Amino acid sequence: MQTAPERGPAIIVEHVSKRFRTPVEASHTLKERVLHPLRGRQHRAFEALKDVSFDVRRGEFFGIVGRNGSGKSTLLKCLAGIYGVDEGKMFRHGRMSTFIELGVGFNPDLAAYDNVVLNGIMMGLKPAEAKARYRRIIEFAELEDFQELKLKNYSSGMHVRLAFSVAIQVDADILLIDEVLAVGDAAFQQKCFDVFNRMRNEGRTILFVTHDMGAVNRFCHRALLLDHGEVVVIGDPRTVGDRYLELNFNELAQLHPEQVTERAGDGSARIIDAWLEDEHGERHTQFLQGTRSTFHAIVEFCEDQTDPSLTVAFQNDHRQNVLIVTTLIDHVHTGTFRAGERAHFCVGFETILGPGRYEPLANLARRGEGHDLIDRWEKQLSFVVRGLRSSGGVVDVPYEWTIRQASPDDQPIQSTA
Amino acid sequence: MATVEEALSPREPIRGPSALAGDLRRTLTLTMAIAKNDFKLRFFGSVLGYVWTLMRPLMLFGVLYVIFTQFVPVDAPSFGVALLLGIVLFTFFSEATGGAVMSVMDRENLVRKIHFPRMVIPLAVVLMACFNLGLNLVVVIIFAIASGITPGFGWLAMFPLVALLTVFASGLAMMLSALYVRYRDVEPIWDVVLQVTFYGSLILVPYEVIRLKSEFVASALVANPLAAVLQEARHLVVDPSYASAAGALSSPALLLVPLAITAATFALGLWVFNREAPRIAEAL
Repeated sequence: MQTAPERGPAIIVEHVSKRFRTPVEASHTLKERVLHPLRGRQHRAFEALKDVSFDVRRGEFFGIVGRNGSGKSTLLKCLAGIYGVDEGKMFRHGRMSTFIELGVGFNPDLAAYDNVVLNGIMMGLKPAEAKARYRRIIEFAELEDFQELKLKNYSSGMHVRLAFSVAIQVDADILLIDEVLAVGDAAFQQKCFDVFNRMRNEGRTILFVTHDMGAVNRFCHRALLLDHGEVVVIGDPRTVGDRYLELNFNELAQLHPEQVTERAGDGSARIIDAWLEDEHGERHTQFLQGTRSTFHAIVEFCEDQTDPSLTVAFQNDHRQNVLIVTTLIDHVHTGTFRAGERAHFCVGFETILGPGRYEPLANLARRGEGHDLIDRWEKQLSFVVRGLRSSGGVVDVPYEWTIRQASPDDQPIQSTA
Repeated sequence: MATVEEALSPREPIRGPSALAGDLRRTLTLTMAIAKNDFKLRFFGSVLGYVWTLMRPLMLFGVLYVIFTQFVPVDAPSFGVALLLGIVLFTFFSEATGGAVMSVMDRENLVRKIHFPRMVIPLAVVLMACFNLGLNLVVVIIFAIASGITPGFGWLAMFPLVALLTVFASGLAMMLSALYVRYRDVEPIWDVVLQVTFYGSLILVPYEVIRLKSEFVASALVANPLAAVLQEARHLVVDPSYASAAGALSSPALLLVPLAITAATFALGLWVFNREAPRIAEAL
């Protein structure tokens, strides 16, 4: 587990509240204001942050997590000084820099130099500093050959690279980072995270706003969970992650699953019900990681069918098939069924899935090469896997460590290339 | 170790957005940087960049010059130079204030994503208009010398005069840009006001001509800072027979009126902008 360096605070937030006031009837012109002086006086107040208090220690990588609309971006903007707060106080020790979006204020009609200097000054550099760092910035962005081009002729990748290297050249003690920063292709994302990691190791304080618990697990010493503008929990990433999952799941359980009106498949059979059971044979939607669970499906046949196949894919929140179980590979002969008969399919597995929410998607298909789809059952059920321990990986297969004294024979193999 | 670091970086409160963000120097460098970039865009964007910028005042001048020398002659010394000077100063005033109206709105993205002194935005528009004015004044000088006016030390008075006008325009720029965020009809309203200002600032019909009809109206118009600056500039630069601002106001003490209006406008603009600044990012 990552432990934060024990040092003084870098950021202190004391009882901060923030309200947004939106007029019930907006008047956007002086004319309306004069003609209807009373209209627009009524406001609807929306409390984006309610009595938020926490502090971040120097050198800490601190995550702020929450779902959309939980107030995490508002909190970041308040910390950055973009929004004023209605109540409470905030303090910082040291120079602070905000990355809410890359390349804000870049002008497409100017070349890299002018943009870099202006952006640097906006972020708080002195003009001389910004000019002096131009070379380093352009080198990091690997754009030495394209300096003369106007920005509008840059590819989007070049654009992002330039913006990112300006951002990281601003030497601040405290960095406020929004998750949108880590957009782009996977390689670029990795580069971003590499830089964040380096900054963390250099002892800078980083506040990272995200809704991705994976990133929090990987980088953060501590995290804060926000919900509806209130602090739910502050603690180590695992505790926060568990609460976050619970929160997400409670909300989902209240919602009715999307009704699939048109089901794919020819309809010669229907999956009329499907559910999951825990190791004691009880229906559940929450499972502990590492326990045994079974997936059940009841199929009703409208026509005679021989050896239909059932494939179940378990998708995570990113719509990735984390686990696929199918009769196609190891249980080809599922049997012959008459019209009107029902079949109970059942498949058991170790819940080695990482903590998170999963949706099973079942496909019933005819036997044969084409795998003609009979019925698809989806978006009707989701379940949550909760972990006692989380490595942050997508799956948690059982593994063993062996550590022993290295013998002289264990020389690293020299590469001959 | 922590104590050393703490001593190096003392605890500072995080404040919300404001006009100045408590840092005058940063405000100025940033204003300069933005105006410089905008200027570059305007003049290096197209080959004829500057020509296009000059075209508008010059065309207006050309048309008015022909009308008021050939068809409705105005009896004033070196009327051409006086007219051009008036048009150039008005162009500055109109660019600085009219351009500022939507400036904060146009840079919405910046305002919502970065913490910086908000005042920079309208001020950069004014500064950019200053650059333009500098170039346009060169044209006026060339035209003046070509018309047979000998340069004198009195021309240096243009610096304080332009400075006064800049203060006046900055006040309006701050006020308008902040108000536009709230009220979208500030833009057409200001368009109309600018038009009235053009005719009410002695640009077309000089003080000397209006005085023949009504001394009071002529003096009252000079209370307008733009007219006062123009009147003084005509007196010092074009021809001494133009009344000085003090002369036109009939008493040097009355010079305090345009000065007070300038100061009050600036103060009001600053106050309005400062009051609105914290909410601009949310209101956009």
